[in-house]
Amino acid sequence: MLSFIVKRVGQSVLVLLITGLVAFSMFTFVGDPIDNMLGQERTIEDVERLREQLGLDKPFVVQYYRFLEQAVQGNFGVSYRQGRPVAEILLERAPATLELAAVSGIFAILMGIALGVFTAIRRNGFAANLIMSASLIGVSLPTFLIGILLIYLFSVELGWLPSFGRGDTVDLGGWTTGFLTASGLKALILPSITLGLYQMTLIMRLVRSEMLEVLRQDYIRFAKARGLSDRVINFRHALKNTMVPVITVIGLQLGSIIAFAIITETVFQWPGVGLLFINAIQFVDIPVMAAYLMLISVMFVAINLLVDILYAFIDPRLRVAA
Amino acid sequence: MTKSKGLLALAALLSSTTLAPAETLRWARAGDALTLDPHAQNEGPTHTIRHQIYEPLIIRDMTGAFEPALATEWAPKEDDPNVWVFKLREGVKFHGGEDFTAEDVVFSFERAKQENSDMKELVSSVVEVRAVDDYTVEIVTDGPNPILPSNLTNQYILDKGWAEANNTVNVQDFEGGEITFATTNANGTGPYILQSREPDVKTVMVRNEEYWGRDQFPMEVSEIVYTPIQNAATRVAALLSGEVNFLQDMPVQDLERVAGADGLVVKKAPQNRVIFFGMNMGADDIEADNVEGANPLADKRVRKAMSMAINRDAIQQVVMRGQSEPAGMVAPPFVNGWTAEMDGASVTDIEGAKALMAEAGYGDGFSIRLDCPNDRYINDEAICQAAVGMFGQIGVTVNLDAKPKAQHFPLITDGKSDFYMLGWGVPTYDSEYIFNFLVHGREADIGTWNATGYDNDDLDAKIKSLASNVDLDARNADIAAIWDVVQDETLYIPIHHQVLNWGMGEGVGIEVDPEDQPKVKYFTMN
Repeated sequence: MLSFIVKRVGQSVLVLLITGLVAFSMFTFVGDPIDNMLGQERTIEDVERLREQLGLDKPFVVQYYRFLEQAVQGNFGVSYRQGRPVAEILLERAPATLELAAVSGIFAILMGIALGVFTAIRRNGFAANLIMSASLIGVSLPTFLIGILLIYLFSVELGWLPSFGRGDTVDLGGWTTGFLTASGLKALILPSITLGLYQMTLIMRLVRSEMLEVLRQDYIRFAKARGLSDRVINFRHALKNTMVPVITVIGLQLGSIIAFAIITETVFQWPGVGLLFINAIQFVDIPVMAAYLMLISVMFVAINLLVDILYAFIDPRLRVAA
Repeated sequence: MTKSKGLLALAALLSSTTLAPAETLRWARAGDALTLDPHAQNEGPTHTIRHQIYEPLIIRDMTGAFEPALATEWAPKEDDPNVWVFKLREGVKFHGGEDFTAEDVVFSFERAKQENSDMKELVSSVVEVRAVDDYTVEIVTDGPNPILPSNLTNQYILDKGWAEANNTVNVQDFEGGEITFATTNANGTGPYILQSREPDVKTVMVRNEEYWGRDQFPMEVSEIVYTPIQNAATRVAALLSGEVNFLQDMPVQDLERVAGADGLVVKKAPQNRVIFFGMNMGADDIEADNVEGANPLADKRVRKAMSMAINRDAIQQVVMRGQSEPAGMVAPPFVNGWTAEMDGASVTDIEGAKALMAEAGYGDGFSIRLDCPNDRYINDEAICQAAVGMFGQIGVTVNLDAKPKAQHFPLITDGKSDFYMLGWGVPTYDSEYIFNFLVHGREADIGTWNATGYDNDDLDAKIKSLASNVDLDARNADIAAIWDVVQDETLYIPIHHQVLNWGMGEGVGIEVDPEDQPKVKYFTMN
């Protein structure tokens, strides 16, 4: 068992290193940050001095090595655009993204399961069919369009909800939260729906099909024959058995909610790490791009590693094979 | 909480969005200031925020004319042309209560000249700044410098004592990631006082009731809330919904929508930025074309023909939706040396252009790559696309290569582009600035943006002599003579002057500033 885990961890580290190498080789194509950093009055000497100072005159492999060398000591470098340590900026931006991801995740899970169960039970009802058709729109419309449509309806036309930003936030010892103010809560509504809509429809469709599958099982029929009420059958027996594959999918989707908040954050000017990343690409802010990509790959690799290890615990056949 | 109370609270919550005091300027644009340190970055949005808090000796008002700020009078010293004398405003206090005196000016200029300063190029001619008495300073330059005041309109003055007490005597090492007290705190003499700031999120400033010009300027805005909003559609939505009442960086396609909305107006003015194409005429052979062993762009007739192929009116109407002014020279209309005659000189003449091409031996045309940015100027890529069709009419097959600015500008800097789009703004409002960067042959510290390979020693000498020519009439004659050469050589193909649009609530009273630098003390609110 231990050798299995050690092997898996080793593979994960290798994946991380390769991701970083690919990322750094891409940075050379993103452009040159120097012109963004110096005003138009800069001289050629200024350009050369800065390029040398930042190590941009070196091949990307050397740049990558330097980044790793610093990163293992906890130093992610300095943002070219903001002139502040990247680690500090990421920590400052993380609460916004995590709060948004949490709210959208909860929205997606609750609504997804509720609507999934509803459409499964009322399989041929009018409302269920309507929901199923509407969910197709949710899956097929791109996120930025949904965001802009919501802004148009609820901010421009109705004037109910803010179109951008986080509202007022409260600082709890380095963690800024929007949960404690009215404007902060209001500001969360539209971005959470935008970000969670795709995951919600995904969960809903999954729950529905799993539930339909389960409802055909013999033990459900026996339960009906025993005269149990519909409520008990649907929620105690059927739903519980539906949830096993659903939970696996939810776990994996939560990672992507954080990683793909980029577009939602851009549309709503949400001051999280995704917006930071978009800014970094436009400015060719290599330290921020590198740190963000490494962070996201660490997250995905960690989730996968955890899942692998859990499977090994659950399924003895994997242990033997290892 | 009972149900009805909950509903009431919800209703209150939902309706509170649109209510705010009328004197608050809720201001949005695409980008944020990079730092508050007065000398660490020389960049548009960074200057905009600083201008509300800090003041230079002289500023430009919203029409671009000089206006006294911390200096009340300035003139060259009578017996020494290398010295400018500035009389300082008396009785001015910094936000922290410190008195403003000559030693602060001396200190601030020394700070601006430090190695880490991004403002040092603008004061590179300054040798010494000395305090004659508490309210007089003399600025000594390395030779007569008739246009020194133009270089001082973004040189802010900070308090010597404050900087020393807070350990910010040295300019923040921006590239090294240094954070100093001055990066996040500010103590200026300006009309607004910094109250809070979260970079890239929100900056709040309040009116300085002790400001020396409190009665002289409208200053009707009591609070400024500045929020960068990057996405263009969201930015416009925020204006339409009333969450912001002043918007810069208006997308061209939304102008009519905003102008047609109740309670909103769009104001426009020509911007201090001209858009043009540059051509590598200096090389014997260029890589981007299909002509072997020769450089078609080296032939003046070819350059003239290419300029004649451009239909500037069509670009203005179709690509820019009317939001541009066709240009005939690479100087914006505010600049000393600009003439209506030269700016109106561009003609579209396809037949004449074809004849010129044939005369130059390129009757069958040639093909060339055009490098173009796609995220720097208004509709930059679309302008290039339109130009491709126009060049095609005279047989020049253009392969368009549009890239983000971070990839485009290094091509120009490193001389790797033979045909490129560039835009230029002139912060000093004088042609010398254009000549120094775009016309003078390329050297380490001059001609840095001239990728045309044009190098004319006589002209270069004339350009260099402008810097110390104190006889303004003679200097203007030289400027006109240099322009004649630039126009005759068709060094660049001018396209148009950008037009700047600001969107605002009806109550906000301000005219558009050609440099895109709103100074809130001029705003009226009702």
